[in-house]
Amino acid sequence: MGEELRVFIWLVNSLSRCAGRRFFGKGRTKPYLRDVSWNHLSWIGADSLPIVSVIAACTGIILALQAAIQLEKVGALSYVANLVGFSIVTELGPLLTCLIITGRAGAAFTAEIATMKISEEIDALEVMGMDAVRFLVWPKFMAMLIMAPLLTLWSDFVGILSGGIFSNAVLGLSGKVYFEQTATFLKFTDVVSGLVKSAGFGAAITLICCWQGFLARDGAADVGQRTTKAVVQSIFIMILLDLFFTALNYIFR
Amino acid sequence: MASRLQAPEIKLDNVSVGYGERLVLQNITATLPAGGISVILGGSGCGKSTLLRNILGLAPLIGGAITLGDVNLYARSEEEMVALRMRLGVLFQDGALLGSLTLGENVALPLHEHTELDEALIYEVVNMKLRLVGLEQFIDYYPRQLSGGMRKRAGLARAMALDPAILLCDEPTSGLDPITSADMDQLILELKATFAMTIVVVTHDLESLFTIADFVVVLEKGRMLFTGTLDELRRCEDPYIVNFLDRQPSRKSAILNDDCLFAKLRSRQGAGRG
Ligand SMILES: Nc1ncnc2c1ncn2[C@@H]1O[C@H](COP(=O)(O)OP(=O)(O)O)[C@@H](O)[C@H]1O
Ligand SMILES: [Mg+2]
Repeated sequence: MGEELRVFIWLVNSLSRCAGRRFFGKGRTKPYLRDVSWNHLSWIGADSLPIVSVIAACTGIILALQAAIQLEKVGALSYVANLVGFSIVTELGPLLTCLIITGRAGAAFTAEIATMKISEEIDALEVMGMDAVRFLVWPKFMAMLIMAPLLTLWSDFVGILSGGIFSNAVLGLSGKVYFEQTATFLKFTDVVSGLVKSAGFGAAITLICCWQGFLARDGAADVGQRTTKAVVQSIFIMILLDLFFTALNYIFR
Repeated sequence: MASRLQAPEIKLDNVSVGYGERLVLQNITATLPAGGISVILGGSGCGKSTLLRNILGLAPLIGGAITLGDVNLYARSEEEMVALRMRLGVLFQDGALLGSLTLGENVALPLHEHTELDEALIYEVVNMKLRLVGLEQFIDYYPRQLSGGMRKRAGLARAMALDPAILLCDEPTSGLDPITSADMDQLILELKATFAMTIVVVTHDLESLFTIADFVVVLEKGRMLFTGTLDELRRCEDPYIVNFLDRQPSRKSAILNDDCLFAKLRSRQGAGRG
């Protein structure tokens, strides 16, 4: 326990040092760091696009269906748009997108760092006088802070669009009404708060998954165990953070 | 450059190493001579890698003191440590090359980090270091595309990138076939002859012990059994060491020495087949 806490504090400390150096430091970026960052941006972002799109589209349709069952009873079918838009933008977009990111990128972060730890690559970095956090964690952290909100924005768009198309085709709600309703009802701040939330999730995922990676000790079995732990803890912390964000939003609405 | 001056000696003074509460090795006292090859010999799991990690300053020391040249490793300033790191080259047990980078990029890493050389010059140096270990045509290969022996040699090239004054190797011949092992020993001898370095090799390989060692430390069951030159080791009469060097098994076989049990097992095996 003490060891785990020590590593966590070390990780947070080193990350803030990286941030300091990145934003206030001088000197050129090392060439190998630049390549690594681009790699991460592309594989966290672009490669997750198909699965995020499919899940967002399904969510949009599910929400439209669920809302229609209730709203038809009171003859307020056009409010389907409000429900779909609001649920996706403030809650399900960020949450589902970041769940997928946890499974895809987060698990890969842990496995990568744990494997490197076990094969002494992390030690080798330290012996060469290189900061393992700057080399391994910082690029992931930045890529996550950029990509989690972008993917969320995309999933918001896909979810609302699919909800609209579905409502039009199956529920008989005119597309014009749906999108007008969405445009007047959804506030810009709703979208932004969802994106901020997803950036927070992204940071938490990176921190937890990399931390678990550095905790790996001996043997390949530990890589698997650490990866499992990292995914479960990330999801748990994400839900807690979500509760916290939502409560804040409610209080200061 | 200061690091070119001289290879330092390594002093272990009553050193104890371990993990948390658990002691792995105790009371190691030895002076590994400057400019020579010291071999730390011990069986698997006896704590060789742990001792090496302590000599590198990677793990907290439990007791005693380690001095590299005139720097006490566990009572030094941060600047001294940074300066020291640049003079240390390490070959880890399986090379520990970064899997996401090619051989060339791996060897270039310390150069990028610690020097302001431009790309072309770094490429030159990398090429030279890989030629040193006979891998120059593999510069664009990834570590996973190479055999274990090649990975170890590449690890050696990376360790040599900054022309270290101290080279530490963790089991450079383990897991290699006899010919590849002999090549590795040869390579280490070449490095010693060419560069002014204090070389420390950790191994359980008796063959390489007798090929490369100037100075020997023998570890066993958590303590130091012997320290001295190779000749002193050959003359040593301690029965345990004689046994160790003769590669006698450490326990009597319960099966082979018990005729009755042996016969029983054989006949049961025969019955099982029939
Ligand atoms: N990270 C660790 N935490 C706790 N014990 C360890 C760790 N690494 C190694 N050990 C234990 O320390 C002992 C020595 O290991 P090691 O130095 O790797 O041996 P060698 O390199 O001689 O084979 C072993 O018994 C091993 O189980
Ligand atoms: Mg070892």
